[in-house]
Amino acid sequence: MKAHSGSIPDIALSSVTKRYRNAAVALEDISLTVERGEFVTFLGPSGCGKSTLLKLVSGLSPVSEGTVRINGMTPANARQLVSFIFQDATLLPWRTVAQNVGLGMELEHAARPARKERVAQMLQLVGLSHVATRYPRQLSGGMKMRASIARALVSRPRILLMDEPFAALDEMTRDRLNEELLRLYAEHKWTVLFVTHSVSEAIFLSTRVVILAAHPGRVAHEMQIDLPWPRTAQTRESKAFEEQVTHASRLLRGVHQA
Amino acid sequence: MKRQGIMAVNSIVVFACLVGLWQAVVSLNHLQPYILPGPLAVARALHDGFPSLVNSLLITTEEAAGGLAASIIAGVAAAMVFAQWRWLRQLLYPYTILLQTVPIVAIAPLIINWAGAGIFSVTIVTFIICLAPIIANTTQGLISVDENLLHLFLMYKASPAQVLFRLRLPNALPSLFTGIRISAGISVIGGITGELFAGSTRVGEGGLGYAIIYASNQMETSYLFALVFAATVLGFSFFFIVMFLEWLALHNWHESSMPQLEE
Repeated sequence: MKAHSGSIPDIALSSVTKRYRNAAVALEDISLTVERGEFVTFLGPSGCGKSTLLKLVSGLSPVSEGTVRINGMTPANARQLVSFIFQDATLLPWRTVAQNVGLGMELEHAARPARKERVAQMLQLVGLSHVATRYPRQLSGGMKMRASIARALVSRPRILLMDEPFAALDEMTRDRLNEELLRLYAEHKWTVLFVTHSVSEAIFLSTRVVILAAHPGRVAHEMQIDLPWPRTAQTRESKAFEEQVTHASRLLRGVHQA
Repeated sequence: MKRQGIMAVNSIVVFACLVGLWQAVVSLNHLQPYILPGPLAVARALHDGFPSLVNSLLITTEEAAGGLAASIIAGVAAAMVFAQWRWLRQLLYPYTILLQTVPIVAIAPLIINWAGAGIFSVTIVTFIICLAPIIANTTQGLISVDENLLHLFLMYKASPAQVLFRLRLPNALPSLFTGIRISAGISVIGGITGELFAGSTRVGEGGLGYAIIYASNQMETSYLFALVFAATVLGFSFFFIVMFLEWLALHNWHESSMPQLEE
């Protein structure tokens, strides 16, 4: 945890505990501070509450104890700042790609010309301009995920919450989307919370990796990832990258056995 | 394209053989027309009684279509209420099953007793038997929305009305059409069943059900066959109109939207 004196952190969890209705403890006493511009990835065995953590930060699910602050505000009040990208693309099948990307602005009754322009920009950004009028079922898995990312970026979020966004994709597509995500991240400098099962994806993307243990979910280890920027396909071939992956895998194995 | 042409020819040949067989059975056994009329006698009855047959057909169409349309409006409204308030659904949903299991022949006389004989009460009978499939299917479609899509709308701070009209209703469209398809088929049966009891206020001006009773009493078996033929055509037409509307509404985006119509 870095201590930035004076500035308000983008995300601050203090002593957060989450219990389900059946009293099972999903997360216990989590304290975590994420500064602006950090890319923090959560790794851990299933049942460690990684996805639940994102739900708490987004305000979709209330905490049982402790506090969550987004840029000093409650999650409910900070919703303008936050975009959530779900595990599957969660596009509305009856809307075209462009209509899906514009959904948020439409629900906010934004003016049509402004909406069209913004949607076109975002489609351009993720390389989907040529399929704007297609329906989701006509797209590949990778394209659907790009559309989902474009939709999340429309509102100019400051914070991105990504819950295993590329888990369903093949490895080649996943690697390419990882690289594109970092290119966008370099431009926009969001604060990102990212959940994945893939150690190499976590190391490649993050400035910091948080390894969680299960039953109850808690922070077991934290790793600063000091790989140089910009990170490209070559980064994955570097010795430093491999060492970090090996180290993280070892920590993760320890958590699994515990 | 060529294969479709061969299929069409085959269908016509099969149909011609069946009609020929029918005529042969009648002719070779010298059956009286009131026992079993041949296709020629039926065609003659169809031709001679055409004006009154069309009249009956229109009356039944009006009743079936009216009842079906009313059941779609009321059914979707009820389903929307059920989807919005879970406790209300749990309280009232069992009654829709009741609606489905109650024998229509038992309540048709009651409705005619209350609403009087005529087109209106037959439309009510049709409405009642069409209602349950619409409510059941639409409710199912409205409540089975992907949880993450609901979360997405929550993140956008969507109003309850936006969740209903932009998410739940489009999501329910495929199941609504399943319900309408079922109800379209039974709406014609409902109309005819209703007419069996309601009859007609004026002689010779009833719907198909009334005409069937009348022809049966008069031993006009050839005309009876013509009426059955007309009722079948009516049921088919309803079904295909609904199929077509379903295709129009869903073919762009829905997986199950009838690939055979998509070329």
